[in-house]
Amino acid sequence: MYQYDEYDTRIITARAQQFRGQVERRLSGEITEDEFKPLRLQNGLYMQLHAYILRIAVPYGLLSSKQIRMVAHIARTYDRGYAHLTTRQNFQYNWPKLEDVPKILDCLASVEMHAVQTSGNCVRNVTADHFAGIARDELEDPRPWAEIIRQWSTFHPEFAALPRKFKIAITGSVQNDRAAVRFHDIGVRLVQNEEGEVGFEVLAGGGLGRTPLIAEVVRSFLPKAELLGYLEAIMRVYNLFGRRDNKYKARIKILVSAVGIEEFRRLVEEEYKASMTPELLLPEEEIERVRRYFAPKSYRTFGDGGEAAHKQADEKWLSFQLSTERGFGNWVKNNTVQHRVPGYVAAVISVKVPHVPPGDLTDVQLDSVAELADRFSFGEAVVTHTQNLILPDVEVAALPELYQELVRLDLAPANYGKLTDVIACPGLDYCALANARSIPIALEIVERFEQVDYLNDLGDVSIKISGCINACGHHHVGNIGILGIDKKGVEFYQLQLGGSPGNDASVGKILGPALPQDEIVSAVAKVLDKYLGLRESAEETFLEAVRRVGLDPFKEAVYGGEKAAE
Amino acid sequence: MAKEIILNRAIVSDDYQELTDDESAPSSGKVIVSFARFVKEGAELLATASAVGIRLPSDKLPSDVPLLERLSLIAIEFPRFSDGRGYSIAKLLRERFKFKGQLRAVGWVLRDNLLYMERVGFDAFELAAGKPLESGLQAFAELPIAYQATAVDRRPLYRRRL
Repeated sequence: MYQYDEYDTRIITARAQQFRGQVERRLSGEITEDEFKPLRLQNGLYMQLHAYILRIAVPYGLLSSKQIRMVAHIARTYDRGYAHLTTRQNFQYNWPKLEDVPKILDCLASVEMHAVQTSGNCVRNVTADHFAGIARDELEDPRPWAEIIRQWSTFHPEFAALPRKFKIAITGSVQNDRAAVRFHDIGVRLVQNEEGEVGFEVLAGGGLGRTPLIAEVVRSFLPKAELLGYLEAIMRVYNLFGRRDNKYKARIKILVSAVGIEEFRRLVEEEYKASMTPELLLPEEEIERVRRYFAPKSYRTFGDGGEAAHKQADEKWLSFQLSTERGFGNWVKNNTVQHRVPGYVAAVISVKVPHVPPGDLTDVQLDSVAELADRFSFGEAVVTHTQNLILPDVEVAALPELYQELVRLDLAPANYGKLTDVIACPGLDYCALANARSIPIALEIVERFEQVDYLNDLGDVSIKISGCINACGHHHVGNIGILGIDKKGVEFYQLQLGGSPGNDASVGKILGPALPQDEIVSAVAKVLDKYLGLRESAEETFLEAVRRVGLDPFKEAVYGGEKAAE
Repeated sequence: MAKEIILNRAIVSDDYQELTDDESAPSSGKVIVSFARFVKEGAELLATASAVGIRLPSDKLPSDVPLLERLSLIAIEFPRFSDGRGYSIAKLLRERFKFKGQLRAVGWVLRDNLLYMERVGFDAFELAAGKPLESGLQAFAELPIAYQATAVDRRPLYRRRL
């Protein structure tokens, strides 16, 4: 993974010092809360319902074991013994004290971490495919590019007060977008042109929130060296012409849809032509410098490295999946993913555990995960935007041992990508914006559908829950989306079906009137039973079935014939 | 007494006089007028004053400014912290329009904005009312290195690293 050089270190150390000064000036009253707010927001410090929360950046989700131990240390020392995985591959602390934040930043800086631009109207922490570097379907590893974007966007002086927040995601997989790039302000896809040259497709104007929109292509092929110059042109057009009169109309998606993609593209290309200088081109040496940090690990060759040995490795993996020890077998089947290198898999550590808010990890669990990363995965782990962790480089042969450790840690649910792998925002339990709680619904789902055989029968299906229309739980792109709303002071939940964040991007459709809290999970059960009854075969996924039959059968299942006819 | 501003990282007294729209221009000296007034009376003002500057609202682009090459100062307004258009306007003025005069940040200009403002091309800063300029002077050095191309160093860090 990327290692800071003297420049990066000086920048991040100085930043911690700068923020210490800002906090001191706030505590002494030299600056008002109004003046402090934009400063703390650019450093991931939000005022929530009960306290500040501090969001720390995990660039493109990649962590070293040393960094995980520091996350644990901070949770233990400055918070209530846990940290929370966010839907943008970051960590969040729910209870830090303002006066402790400078100390936390020093801790983070000591392991090459920070909280820079994790909130506020600036370019946020860049996200990427969580299987980057190991996926077989990958054209090229997107992480060097994510790192190049991270550095360019860090303290970008021109784009520190944008009309609204700005999120960039990148994927190197042409067929399987796991980074939801079409729902970002800018999505970057590594693609190959007709000449076989690898470059970028650049999309803009995607997003969730009140107005879910799928990003459109601004440039279908951009040579690699031009990436930053082009991003800068998009940002400048947005900074100058994005709306600032209404914060709900301020995202770039509103600008793109208001002027239309053709006009937006014209504005960007015109700006790009006028602003591009040779200085802005990325030198090949710099690309190589960053790329070297993401070189393949020193993987062990399986057997003699020949085809037969590879086949043997795959067979071993398969035999684990079919293990008579069904807990282990199901976990291997559901939570391990094919690796580029034969004999290895990526192991997903599900943080969707009964009775625990999705994505919450204790300091003890974090320390243990760090140890597992050291023992089994070259000292690295990855945070997914679905609020789980991945050990990306695990030998197939080590899976029984790893599984036993995870069972001991209570982190072995075999539910990756399954119904109970619920994504949820913090909701009304923590968030000042929320209309309803998300976590209790998520917990109820995890507890009610605990039977792994039932989960396996359902196959891949995603549930995403947001406690308000701002959609931090990404409910629009859940196969099943749940949106909390407030009806005269009572929490109600709206059910949406058919969303997908991937290459087949779609926004879910509302099934019918919102349901009270004690009915929403039963409604989900009815929808699932309906699916099991009407699917053409076990191979037809929930999403495929919804797309084939439409909403009507599900409406009838949830609301009965009467309301469905309305 | 003339007010004090920060110019080129030093506290100086402002040698410009800011005129309201109905205040007549003195027969000599440096003046700052509103963008709207300059659009109407630009040529006249340039003939009398020794130097003319304008106050540019954040919703105007450099291409909206007439007689740009004859202005010796442009004060870009930051109406509130959330309006960051001034950063791009400054960048365009310096780089695309090759504006060489004083580029002054006015309005919501606080100590912690100065570093970024300087990096996009501002050299002068009127701090918000009541804010100590001395404190502002310390802000410039707080982040010693920029990843990006800036007005201070035109090479992005990836060109300096080589």
